[in-house]
Amino acid sequence: MLAVNRLSRLLGRGEGTVIGGRAGLALDPTLLSGLARGRTVVLVSGTNGKTTTTALVAAGWGGPVAVNDTGSNMVQGHVAALAGRPGVPAALEVDESWLPGIAAATRPAVVVLLNLSRDQLDRANEVRRVALRWRDLCATLGDTVVVANASDPLVAFAAETAPHVAWCDVATPWRLDAVSCPHCTAPLTFEQTGWSSACGFAQPRATTVLTEGSLSVDGLEVGLDLALPGAVNRANAAFALTALARVGVDPRAAAGRMAGVREVAGRYARRAWRGGEVRLVLAKNPAGFSAALEEVAGAPGELWIAVNARMADGRDPSWLYDVPFERLAGRTVTCLGERRLDLATRLDYGGVAVRVADAVPDPPPDRPVTLVANYTAFQEWNARTAP
Amino acid sequence: MRVALLYPELLGTYGDGGNALVLAERARRRGRRVELATVTLDERLPAADLYLLGGGEDGPQRLAADLLRRGDLAARVADGARVFAVCAGLQVLGTSFAVEGDDRYDGVGLVAVTTVRGERRSVGDLAVRVGERLLVGFENHGGVTRLADGVAPLGEVVRGRGSDGRHDGFVTERVVATYAHGPVLALNPWFADEVLAAVVGEELEPLSTVADRLYAERCARLGP
Repeated sequence: MLAVNRLSRLLGRGEGTVIGGRAGLALDPTLLSGLARGRTVVLVSGTNGKTTTTALVAAGWGGPVAVNDTGSNMVQGHVAALAGRPGVPAALEVDESWLPGIAAATRPAVVVLLNLSRDQLDRANEVRRVALRWRDLCATLGDTVVVANASDPLVAFAAETAPHVAWCDVATPWRLDAVSCPHCTAPLTFEQTGWSSACGFAQPRATTVLTEGSLSVDGLEVGLDLALPGAVNRANAAFALTALARVGVDPRAAAGRMAGVREVAGRYARRAWRGGEVRLVLAKNPAGFSAALEEVAGAPGELWIAVNARMADGRDPSWLYDVPFERLAGRTVTCLGERRLDLATRLDYGGVAVRVADAVPDPPPDRPVTLVANYTAFQEWNARTAP
Repeated sequence: MRVALLYPELLGTYGDGGNALVLAERARRRGRRVELATVTLDERLPAADLYLLGGGEDGPQRLAADLLRRGDLAARVADGARVFAVCAGLQVLGTSFAVEGDDRYDGVGLVAVTTVRGERRSVGDLAVRVGERLLVGFENHGGVTRLADGVAPLGEVVRGRGSDGRHDGFVTERVVATYAHGPVLALNPWFADEVLAAVVGEELEPLSTVADRLYAERCARLGP
């Protein structure tokens, strides 16, 4: 963090916030390209799973890897990460809007495109517009392998222009943002065998296939035994292993190294706090929340949810109504964060009992708390419960 | 009573489906039955007492306008059905609107309003004075909507931009629309009850929910 701050000051730039969807390399682009030259770079982008997938790439690689693990996924974070670890491979997570500029500057060996769904809509960051920008980028990636989510029609639309694609079938469950075909706007049909459109646009055949019980990367069966929970993290690992295979790392050995990752920047951490135990789960948008609810709906103990709507969260919490909170019916949820009343209203209308906590409550001493929080609320709780 | 949520896969970018949920739940808690129908883009328009339209991105908005123009929404409204629309749904109901790559796209023509592209996007909190009360919400759109003579706006903008910086939305005998997108009925329980009462055709008994606290908090923050 220090390095980032110092660099920001040095370069006379403030926080790297993207406003109005206009993003580019505001810094001298030769600075980043100079730092990236001569090393193997993997870039990871998408709405959900960037930080975790990047951490899995770094862990699976083995040996020193430059990672922007400070949460800064715009150019300042990349410059800081590379400057701090000269000469070693790099795994960098990249904000979706920044990807074209960062890819041009770093000439990556691999670009991982995880998924695209609604997030921070108050920034006019309309999902399809991002898909179009990625599509233009992919057409320029001559020597780069694009590791792309074949299960996500918007990602497939973006990546199909790339000369080299490693398609991954990970059965993305979130489809609300890809109902009409990105090419012809006809309704997409989703079937067991994949999705398709009337115009012929259809799910590409994948070389990485993840099912409930198995993972195959380029025909090689890879055992996946992650400490990180849930189907979402199995998908993240599948993307990471596909990326690593393309830079010459043995996927089986890499999977073994990934198994040791227990938490990523506080995500999934179990913290002893005020005489109780709190497990931290990050969920920032409908697709992320939907996946998190699958995992926490049956969690023992209390369920707390914290929601803010600051700039980094998106200032509009309307997305709460796109999250299937009805799954929590029968539980009582403690509502926290600056928009706890928005959350409580949403839950109440969804038939979930609520407790609105105007002050931070103490955890019960005898049973665990699972705390699901969106971006800035998560940061607060990560700091609050830090050992 | 039957409420039909139209094409949520096209017009549902900002949690707009929440409005259907809120209406159904506020009716249910008063012992009234509301049947919720979700109409997908491959279905014909079913009969309903109230049709709901949400917000959406440019491509899907165009597709929704095509579907609604070909369908019989106008005939249903002529037969007595009501419509509540937000954001892109508001634009689609007019005679024409502007989307990316198309400056004038045909709307349903249910209400004599036209939407042109604004100089900049209107993104942020929106507060509108509707009669004696405040309607609070969030807007995110690039349109400026002009009302023909005789079409009444929903209210006066207190914060944000709404249709043109002065007024927001419109009200006709059976159609109500606002730029406050997403779950605007969740944020404004009084407004949800007005929409509901118009459909039921009688006054509703009071109902207390946690949304009352949310409304008070938003009004304190966004009001004059």
